[in-house]
Amino acid sequence: MLRRYSVHLILATLGGLVVYLAYNEYLGLYYLSVLMFMGVNIILSSSLNLVNGYMGEFSCGHAGFMCVGAYVASVLGVWLFARDRVFGAPVLDPEYALYAFPVIILAGGIAAALAGLLVAFPSYKTRGDYLAIITIAANYIIISAIENMSAIGGSRGFMGMKGVINAMEDTIYLPWMPIWVFIFTIFSVWVIRRYVSSTFGKGVNAISQDEVAAEIMSVNTNKIKTITFMLSSGLAGIGGGLFAYILGYVNPGSFNILKSTEIMVMVYLGGMGSLSGSILAAILFTILLELLRPLQIIKWIVIPLVLIILMQFRPEGIMGNRELGQTFPRLKKFYRFK
Amino acid sequence: MRKTVILFLALTLSLALALPVLADTIKIGFNISLTGDIPKVGESSKFAAEMLKADINGAGGLMVGGKAYKLDFIYEDNESKAESAVTAMLKLIERDQVLAVVGPNSSKQAVPAGQIANDNKTVMVSPWATNPDATLDRPWVFRAAFLDPFQGPVAVNFAVKTFGAKTAAVIYDLSNDYSKGLAEIFKQVFEEKMGAGSVVAFESHGTRDQDFSAQLTTIINRKPDFIFVPNNYNQVALIVRQARQQGYTGEIMGSDAWGSAELMTLCGDVCKGLHFSTHYAAAGATGATKEFIDRYTATYGYTPDDVAALTWDATKVVLQAIQNAGRLTGRLRTDRQAILDGMKAITSFDGITGSMKFDEEGDPVKCAVVVQISQTGEFEFKESVCP
Repeated sequence: MLRRYSVHLILATLGGLVVYLAYNEYLGLYYLSVLMFMGVNIILSSSLNLVNGYMGEFSCGHAGFMCVGAYVASVLGVWLFARDRVFGAPVLDPEYALYAFPVIILAGGIAAALAGLLVAFPSYKTRGDYLAIITIAANYIIISAIENMSAIGGSRGFMGMKGVINAMEDTIYLPWMPIWVFIFTIFSVWVIRRYVSSTFGKGVNAISQDEVAAEIMSVNTNKIKTITFMLSSGLAGIGGGLFAYILGYVNPGSFNILKSTEIMVMVYLGGMGSLSGSILAAILFTILLELLRPLQIIKWIVIPLVLIILMQFRPEGIMGNRELGQTFPRLKKFYRFK
Repeated sequence: MRKTVILFLALTLSLALALPVLADTIKIGFNISLTGDIPKVGESSKFAAEMLKADINGAGGLMVGGKAYKLDFIYEDNESKAESAVTAMLKLIERDQVLAVVGPNSSKQAVPAGQIANDNKTVMVSPWATNPDATLDRPWVFRAAFLDPFQGPVAVNFAVKTFGAKTAAVIYDLSNDYSKGLAEIFKQVFEEKMGAGSVVAFESHGTRDQDFSAQLTTIINRKPDFIFVPNNYNQVALIVRQARQQGYTGEIMGSDAWGSAELMTLCGDVCKGLHFSTHYAAAGATGATKEFIDRYTATYGYTPDDVAALTWDATKVVLQAIQNAGRLTGRLRTDRQAILDGMKAITSFDGITGSMKFDEEGDPVKCAVVVQISQTGEFEFKESVCP
């Protein structure tokens, strides 16, 4: 009984605690923002792991999909609920922002999933290095497209999302951003976990092992690739939408190849094909970046050095391709996560 | 292995822990990009700030309300990323409890960081950001650089007067909001002045482009009287060289992004004789400006660029505001409010980039200078343009 619900219990306590501390302002905005970026990083790294780890493809353009989600969610939210120079007065009553916010973020995710088709279709015919180049191209295409849309600010960026958050807090005062980041983080991890452990999702792993053999064994590889790419980029879009609302400002330059690389570092740090690895790595990476801030320039010697050392002594990443329960079998007694 | 890990952790932890706060200090935060795309910009800012701190602390501290306070500058690296600028800003405001923040320099960090500063009621002065959104509707956010809507007309008027230009061509970086914004303003102002169609070519390129021959061919074929290049210095070097190689002999003019110490290293002889508008002229400077340049050059080994000068001014403006506040209570909220009032009380500030005052948006009203690159590679004062 306890084993069955322990994860739910821990998550609920954790979420409740963070919200309580944030609500009473015991937890400063600085820690809160670090926690929120941590959540976004978890979404990004675990969703990239779906493609790079579980499916064994090599995507280097994850930030591009994040960008699509960020822009769609921002523009939609601002158009509907905030006063803006471009769109003028809000279309709907700002009171509804409270209920519509998750829908807006999900809409960003859906748009990003559709953008994922940009990579999914070429993946039928190519894989490996060539697909990697296509993903980089996709990243650049998305960024260039947005830079050329002067209606939403082009390279100047787009802002006004703060108005939506304010509208939500005016309606009912709660720390809404941390709450939604928390919920969407759990949601993403849960979706990925369900997906890869489903019968259909076993095909994802099969593609990673041997695509031809999988095809012979009646796995519809094209269908699986399409869905996996769409799911992965869709979740990245959700992460991007949250990212945009935390910052209150987006510009295409924030989603360049460097951001993609950062996400990839988290995936490889955690271990390919390990969901708990991705989560741990995202947490570790975010904390490390903040902790080493006082080192200034030396930080960028220390972090790569840590990575090199890790790759030297543990090339498969922190968790390898195993989950927490597999590495520590005793833990299994206490929890079950499906 | 385990020992090294423990040692490493202990080291980082001890570094992470803030040093104990000394009494009677004024803490000012610097949210600057020491790593990332433009580390030189952050470095210039830091050097200028260090120089100012050494000056004031050396003289016994800053006098506020009859009491001397030592200055404590906290430098936070924003890695040239928007999200890091936000966390750095929150860290400075909440954890380090600074009285005011100087920075971030580039607009893509200054816009989101400005939101944080405004929400948390802390004065922020960005030395270099040019995006109007950084200060718009934000009473707590200021900047030290003039805006592009002012710089554009400066270039137009200078070109019309000095070169007798009737037609112009523009080449700009599409993905750089600064370059794009300035190019558009320039085109608009020039066409208002010289009639529609007087900007004969309006060509864009990408940030990482190395070859501009296609754009330059179009431009040269239309025979403009001069070319306006509002680009970063690294691209300027390539564009000017390639234009000359294609046989263009006319004038080329630029904007304040040219004014880096690196420009002449990259560009060499081909840039000599060209003009650009900027915040201050290093060569031929007098008074306080000259003193600053000489000392900076002596300490750090190169002529300070405009970011260094603007950071110096931005920091001095903040210190001036603190002095205007009259008295520091030690209560953060009250003191920050007092500093904001102090900022608003500044009617005229004599900086090394010229005298300035702030309008209601927190943008400075100040003069621009046009400099010419001399035969020895120095940026020589040509003329000063005031609003």
